[in-house]
Amino acid sequence: MAIYKIHLLVCGGTGCRASESAAVVESLRASLTAAGLSDEAQVVATGCFGFCEQGPIVKVMPDNTFYTGVTPADAAEIVAEHVLKGRQVARLLYTDPQHKTPVSDAKQMGFYRKQLRVALRNCGFIDPENIDEYIARDGYAALATVLSDYSPRAAIDVVKRSGLRGRGGGGFPTGLKWEIACGRQADRKYVVCNADEGDPGAFMDRSILEGDPHSILEAMMICGYCIGADRGLIYIRAEYPLAIHRLEVAIGQARACGLLGADIMGTGFDFDIELRYGAGAFVCGEETALIRSMEGRRGEPTVKPPYPAESGYRGQPTNVNNVETFANIPVIFLKGADWFAGIGSERSKGTKVFALAGKINNVGLIEVPMGITLREVIFEIGGGIKDGKRFKAVQTGGPSGGCLTEKHLDTPIDFDTLLAAGSMMGSGGMIVMDEDDCMVSIAKFYLEFTVDESCGKCAPCRIGNKRLYEVLRKITLGHGTADDLEYMRNLSTVIKDTALCGLGQTSPNPVLSTLDNFRSEYEAHIFDHKCPAGQCKALKHYFILPEKCTGCTACARSCAVNAIVGERRQAHSIIQNKCIRCGACIEKCKFEAIQVN
Amino acid sequence: MDSVNYNEREAPAGSSNGAGAGLKACQVQAIKNICQSFHNDEGELINILHKTQEAFGYLPPEVQAVVAGELRIPAAKVYGIVTFYTFFTMQPKGKYPISVCLGTACYVRGSEKIVEALKKELDIDIGGITPDGKFSIDSLRCVGACGLAPVMLIGDRVHGRVDALHIKDILAQYP
Amino acid sequence: MATVKNPIPTNQNLQSAINNMKLTIDNKPIDVAGGTTVYEAAKQAGIIIPRLCYLNLETLGIENKPAGCRICVVEIEGRRNLAPSCATLCADGMIVKTSSPRVLNARKTVLELLLSDHPKDCLICPKSGRCELQNLAVCLGIREIHAVENAEVSTYRKDHSPSIIRDMDKCVMCRRCETVCNTVQTVGALSAVNRGFMAVVAPAFEQDLQDSPCTFCGQCVAVCPTGALTEVDHTSRVIRALADPTKTVVVQTAPAVRAALGEEFGMAPGTLVTGKMVAALRQIGFDYVFDTDFAADLTIMEEGAELLARLRRMLEGDRKVKLPILTSCCPAWVNFFEQNYPDMLDVPSTARSPQQMFGAIAKTFLADRLGVRRDNLVVVSIMPCLAKKYECRRNEFKVDGNPDVDFALSTRELAHLIKEANIRFNTLPDEDFDAPMGESTGAGVIFGTTGGVIEAATRTACELFTGRQLERVDFQELRGMEGIRTASVDFNGTPIHIGIAHQLGNARKLLDGIRAGMYHFHAIEIMACPGGCVGGGGQPLHLGNADVIRARRQALYREDAQKPLRKSHENPCIQQLYSEFLDHPLSEKAHRLLHTRYFDRSVKIER
Repeated sequence: MAIYKIHLLVCGGTGCRASESAAVVESLRASLTAAGLSDEAQVVATGCFGFCEQGPIVKVMPDNTFYTGVTPADAAEIVAEHVLKGRQVARLLYTDPQHKTPVSDAKQMGFYRKQLRVALRNCGFIDPENIDEYIARDGYAALATVLSDYSPRAAIDVVKRSGLRGRGGGGFPTGLKWEIACGRQADRKYVVCNADEGDPGAFMDRSILEGDPHSILEAMMICGYCIGADRGLIYIRAEYPLAIHRLEVAIGQARACGLLGADIMGTGFDFDIELRYGAGAFVCGEETALIRSMEGRRGEPTVKPPYPAESGYRGQPTNVNNVETFANIPVIFLKGADWFAGIGSERSKGTKVFALAGKINNVGLIEVPMGITLREVIFEIGGGIKDGKRFKAVQTGGPSGGCLTEKHLDTPIDFDTLLAAGSMMGSGGMIVMDEDDCMVSIAKFYLEFTVDESCGKCAPCRIGNKRLYEVLRKITLGHGTADDLEYMRNLSTVIKDTALCGLGQTSPNPVLSTLDNFRSEYEAHIFDHKCPAGQCKALKHYFILPEKCTGCTACARSCAVNAIVGERRQAHSIIQNKCIRCGACIEKCKFEAIQVN
Repeated sequence: MDSVNYNEREAPAGSSNGAGAGLKACQVQAIKNICQSFHNDEGELINILHKTQEAFGYLPPEVQAVVAGELRIPAAKVYGIVTFYTFFTMQPKGKYPISVCLGTACYVRGSEKIVEALKKELDIDIGGITPDGKFSIDSLRCVGACGLAPVMLIGDRVHGRVDALHIKDILAQYP
Repeated sequence: MATVKNPIPTNQNLQSAINNMKLTIDNKPIDVAGGTTVYEAAKQAGIIIPRLCYLNLETLGIENKPAGCRICVVEIEGRRNLAPSCATLCADGMIVKTSSPRVLNARKTVLELLLSDHPKDCLICPKSGRCELQNLAVCLGIREIHAVENAEVSTYRKDHSPSIIRDMDKCVMCRRCETVCNTVQTVGALSAVNRGFMAVVAPAFEQDLQDSPCTFCGQCVAVCPTGALTEVDHTSRVIRALADPTKTVVVQTAPAVRAALGEEFGMAPGTLVTGKMVAALRQIGFDYVFDTDFAADLTIMEEGAELLARLRRMLEGDRKVKLPILTSCCPAWVNFFEQNYPDMLDVPSTARSPQQMFGAIAKTFLADRLGVRRDNLVVVSIMPCLAKKYECRRNEFKVDGNPDVDFALSTRELAHLIKEANIRFNTLPDEDFDAPMGESTGAGVIFGTTGGVIEAATRTACELFTGRQLERVDFQELRGMEGIRTASVDFNGTPIHIGIAHQLGNARKLLDGIRAGMYHFHAIEIMACPGGCVGGGGQPLHLGNADVIRARRQALYREDAQKPLRKSHENPCIQQLYSEFLDHPLSEKAHRLLHTRYFDRSVKIER
């Protein structure tokens, strides 16, 4: 970022690209050229800023002005006003939803104020397709230090002292994992980066890979040096074409600079990295299944032990870490283990990236210190619940996690507290639900996911989850019975206790946590045949208030199944067993005569 | 890689026994070239199937059988892989394949309604293809554009904040 | 994906895998060697943990333990989850509970789940009474299965091949068949396909077995715990033929059957029941009870003559002669090489298998003698094999559409037939086979075990080659249970190199070695099943128990030793057959009736 006075950073993450941020880049460049400012200002397509709700986002540096919802048509105005005259384009500034005032400086926005960006430190700052920009922000300096100043054991010790725990979900201490792999004797060892981010609603790994691919390569090399491996493999979902492209570019540039390959930095250390693609199987996020998939086999998990550290890819010791875990490694070496250990809670150090989604105002990607409370995340960073509705629950940990409620809002978030609350950290998905969400349906949604994604190897997951799903479906159809709850609880417990892999062992969590926290909702479905959130179609009951009905026949004409009867100018009525609860009549009625409960 | 026009097939895809039956010599060669570019390594089977599907659009039995023959592995094994991973398909896709995201973020923001609207508008089911071969509908789990929920993909293009009422207009953009 | 990980073992407790260790199972202290699984340790302590998918296929040298059924789970102190005992190694100081209330509840719940996705037609299931799933349900006292409204069951198209019926609705995903088909036999007809609830084991594209590379060896049937894989049952058709007054029904019994049939009636493995079997068959109503051993002797005459002819040409310096000669009496092996070694189709002997030689002679020579028209003579064979069902339907073995052998029943089907006929098998008096096709030598008997065919051939070929009486008839060097064996036999100064393989995976290794020029043999015997026909896919289920196979083999060697005649060419009925009908081995008539040809059935890639 040397010679230009002004930098226009345009978010080039998947979310903003879907809202045509690439066209914004083009028209900004065209406007600069037209204004003769090509030498003054530079347009940079960066990784994700995190504030996906408001995309496409353009950030003007050095004054940190944050424009939201920018269209290609706005480019000329930004150039003419801001770049040329130094005046902010007020109408594109972010408006604080609480104070209704425009905020220009990103640092002052509620969304960013409480964030601490460690893993995401470069996302939104650098052009991810340019290795020089990474190097300019101390990229590969950690690798250089480790290779020249540390023995493998000493470097592992730094990671251990930092307290870093695996960000893929389990929270296993990273340094310990490296130490075990380091201790194995073998002809060849492998470093694997698990980029098979599959939790629905989670996209932190994708953002890191899209916004800062070199940090992952650097970390994998450090890991390779520590455990004695010379091969790295990145297992990435085929659904992430942009991330794949940026990794390919990054690997090519690193090789060209001599940072990947033989005799790196003249230290005699060899390391190279290849990509392996997933093909649409959630279970491949489990490390033994991931390894089998990389070997060209069905992604079926295997019993541990043996652990990958003993016998992994092609039977060799293999260290598997996830993207976010790796993203923390270079900083730990640059700023020190003590600095990292100074962030976060007692047993969970550092920060965690979360993907905030659902019924929340500020949907996006955030990074916060461990130990922050759910309330801070949802109401300060997330800006509260959409449309002023009431908060009901937040689901963390994806299909393996559980739903937390109002009473958990002030719980500090870390690996252990979430587990204790009946959920888990997972990879960092955080879906917020409001009063309109039916918790039975949510549990059903997650079970449907698990049933779809079960590999079918072990009986409890293959059949048990199917049966759990079927009971939940039955309850949402209003056919639930009293013993269903007992049956589900026992079945869930047994599945947790007996399933082969992490997917199966955690799959009943959405059921158990909703049973614990929202039992009354289940009971309402079963005993009162009512869905308190009004979501379960089969439990909806449409009826006409005779005193309000004018007999206009509009509703009867709109009914596809002829369930509404009545003479013209007489009050109509709905034949319940014919009604398919499509809601068409309600939309047609001008007199609010049709009610639903 | 050269794209192979699969419509050049000479015989219907009925018989599955003879590998390459119903394929033109150049198509068989194209598959072999893909296998060889991965050194006929069985461990690269998934990458090979990705490339083959890229070239052919889908993976019918005769194509899988050629891959199996070239890698010297049982066809049953290839089929076992193809049916395990949802990314692989044995059905041809439309000219404009539609994928609706059914991830959690999209689900809570109403992606099911989009599926219903699409099904109604195109008169096909999930996994189906319109008779003119123009559109096919599939679902997928999270493209990671949760900020734009609900989301659907048509080809490579992401349509965000989709409203079920506007499905018709969106489809009209595809000639 | 988010996963919960168990603690990774430290180097210290990995070390302990080598040493002896002490653990407690159900309050019993026990010492085991390092590397022992909890399942095995419990067995040593006298506790048999219920299990479904796990199978130690000792005879095949492999274990099937996908740890998928989760029936054998146990509670291990300090672990959060229950552990599958089959796939969990013992550790020093481990405290294991194999039937705590928590374990029992889990085991029962999982079994109920399996049953909830299983047809309930046990009454008419071919596996009823011998089904491992049914046994578990009995054992664990399952009395009801929680009925979930509109619960889905996974259903698949039923596949009727000539030998094997696949009814995958009954599959429990134990993966035993997949392991046997791929790892042991290297046939590769079966693989796990689909995923989740619809996951199942199937041929490629879920095509019929008949269109797949399946060889019909039937080893998948032999290990299937449920009724998912069973043999095609022809007993009803045989009963119908027996009831038809216009038909003359003759039966032939393969050598391996007599060494195993008794097991179906509670006798110890290896009990020879030749005489009882003959008596039972007669009582069931067969008009003539003959012995496939007779045809085995005939096979030796033809195959031995072929071997000698090729050897002589080789010794005369003919470089084009095809050696080694491969035996061809195993139909699964014939299917295997037709699919996998089309470049070597001229290597195997052209001699038909004993079953088919018997059929061809029965429907010509015997029919003529009995004055019965060919289509009124029904030939039934009792075989330890399922591929024989397919073999007898091959077009080469039909005359005007009428097969030489009409029905091939497995040993198991014969046992059913005997039970059906209400015969008290164990108390039957011994009876003898009928003449002339019941007469056999010891050489014919040992066809049923690995190494037996080549030993029988050696006895005859050596005597005919050297023109001298053998000093010893037993060739111990050809006997054994190793998957691949080699030996040299001295033919009057000429060393004859012999290779022997059983199980198709070993056959593949041997053949690939020959193709690569690693081995040089004059003759090779190959059998598809473990231990040869005694371990055939149609035998009483041995479930991988090596002792059972060993006992059956010993029984055959015992019968051989007891026979007055031990060499095929000494069989007077065979000599008579040649003098009256066939002329001499490899004659034009012998070629027409007793030899066959092979077809390239490999999957073609080029057009």
